[in-house]
Amino acid sequence: MCGIAGIIHRDGPGDIGAEITRMLQSMKHRGPDSSGFALYGPPSDLLVMRIKLADPNEARGFGWTERLERHRNEIEHRLAKIGAMVDVMHGDQEYAYRVTFRYTGELKPLADYMEDVPGCEVLSLGHSLEIVKDLNDAESVAERYRLNGFTGTHAIGHVRMATESDVDISGAHPYWAYPFSDIAVVHNGQLTNYHMWRRRLERSGHRFQSECDSEIIAVYLAQKMDGGLSLETAMKQSLDELDGVFTYLVVTADSLGVAKDEMAAKPLVLYESPELVALASEEVAIRAVIGHEIDTWDPYEREVLVWHR
Amino acid sequence: MKISYDARGLAEPAAQAPRVATVEPGENGARAVFDAADLTTRQINLELRRLIYDEGVVDVTLRNPGAKHSLAVGILARCRITIDGSLGYFGCGLIDGPEIEVKGRVGWSVAENMMSGVVVVDKNAGSLTGAALRGGDVVVRGDVGARSGIDQKGGTIIVGGNAGMMTGFMLQRGRQIIRGNVGGGLGDSMYDGAIYVGGKVTSLGVDCVEAELTSSDDEFLARKLRIYGLEPPGGWRKFVCGRKLWNYDNLEPAERKLVL
Repeated sequence: MCGIAGIIHRDGPGDIGAEITRMLQSMKHRGPDSSGFALYGPPSDLLVMRIKLADPNEARGFGWTERLERHRNEIEHRLAKIGAMVDVMHGDQEYAYRVTFRYTGELKPLADYMEDVPGCEVLSLGHSLEIVKDLNDAESVAERYRLNGFTGTHAIGHVRMATESDVDISGAHPYWAYPFSDIAVVHNGQLTNYHMWRRRLERSGHRFQSECDSEIIAVYLAQKMDGGLSLETAMKQSLDELDGVFTYLVVTADSLGVAKDEMAAKPLVLYESPELVALASEEVAIRAVIGHEIDTWDPYEREVLVWHR
Repeated sequence: MKISYDARGLAEPAAQAPRVATVEPGENGARAVFDAADLTTRQINLELRRLIYDEGVVDVTLRNPGAKHSLAVGILARCRITIDGSLGYFGCGLIDGPEIEVKGRVGWSVAENMMSGVVVVDKNAGSLTGAALRGGDVVVRGDVGARSGIDQKGGTIIVGGNAGMMTGFMLQRGRQIIRGNVGGGLGDSMYDGAIYVGGKVTSLGVDCVEAELTSSDDEFLARKLRIYGLEPPGGWRKFVCGRKLWNYDNLEPAERKLVL
């Protein structure tokens, strides 16, 4: 099942943290296992990185807190060593941190160096993208990570009912297009040629942290964009190159896109106005953020739509 | 052993009709109005049942449905229901008799398995509109998604705008009238019935062929469009089953051996 939602403000920043939380919470019945958010705050010169050092549901043996503290210090130490000037490092949970820093080098060596710390996974890295994901429903995750005051231009989110891989943070959406900055994806569906694409992408040097088929979509699109294609062209190619059923949302620093497979097998409801575009697996999610009466529609099969902030 | 869950799988097994509607006498019977904004799906359906079955109300208006799923389902009585807003998935399913007008949009699977009655949707509808429809009219004034009338076994589906792919997939009986364009795979694997299209057809599905329009088709189309106040398009095309896949009398290889 799973539920996906996205919102983009075309007239300047909005209250996206609270809005996407309300959208996801209204679709809790589509997947209560985990919830995730990809939010775009005001772009900055600094890089912002979200990491996790452990999973909340793993066995907390002797010295768990001390180990996390040690790994946290190791992250800070390594950032300094690779030449990043740390601005703020802040932990919403003892296993999840947000770091802002100044850094001009390549992102991949930095992200790889961070993930070399035991248990560490870089959830997002970019100049405005922040990915927050954790177990349980959207409201409890948003409260734990204090997303209520988050303002920005666009966001996507996901409520997950795990079918193909574990219930943990690594298996939760959205997925960052490691190591391409500011690109993330949420997906509702199953990819049947996942293993083929995973091997193909791994051969070109990409790393995958989970067994979740959705993880490849972000990297697949980002790699094409890195090769010079526009987001829209990359998404159109994905309709022929990805097999299975899917409706996925993709976000970059300044745009939000949606693509549907050729059977239109997964639902999506769309609301478009001059001020904002909101889209979700169910109309209740759109109505959770728009008070007045609205007209909505379903995109058809093989449709690719992109909006810019 | 005590059953600690609800064996019917209901989310709110202990829910009661909230009794919030205002009922007033009308010309042909009692009329009622209620606001669904703060009610759960089950409370709304219980209230509808209470009004229609227990109070004998013949005209109910439901305000603020808020695109909730599974509203106005399983109503088995002649009555009129006006839904002043949009419905989510599986709206107006399994009904037999009511005339329902939805002033907004509906999600997937509206009027699924309807036996008789009328469902009119003023705006767009999602996929699987009128799935397994058995009788009555389903009218969508806007556009519909994919697979409208999948497994339809009777009745009529009328679409004012465009329809998505695989419209009339496995249609077994009944008719569909699409004023606008239709997507690919029209009438794929249809057994019988007819699909009338006013606009462009992207492609035909397996064993779907074009047929001549007869005078009774013209009369039928004009009558149905007149009832719902829809303008006729420039011209109609009719699509039916090519009967290439009609192999009902053929025996399976194992059976053939037995006969011989």
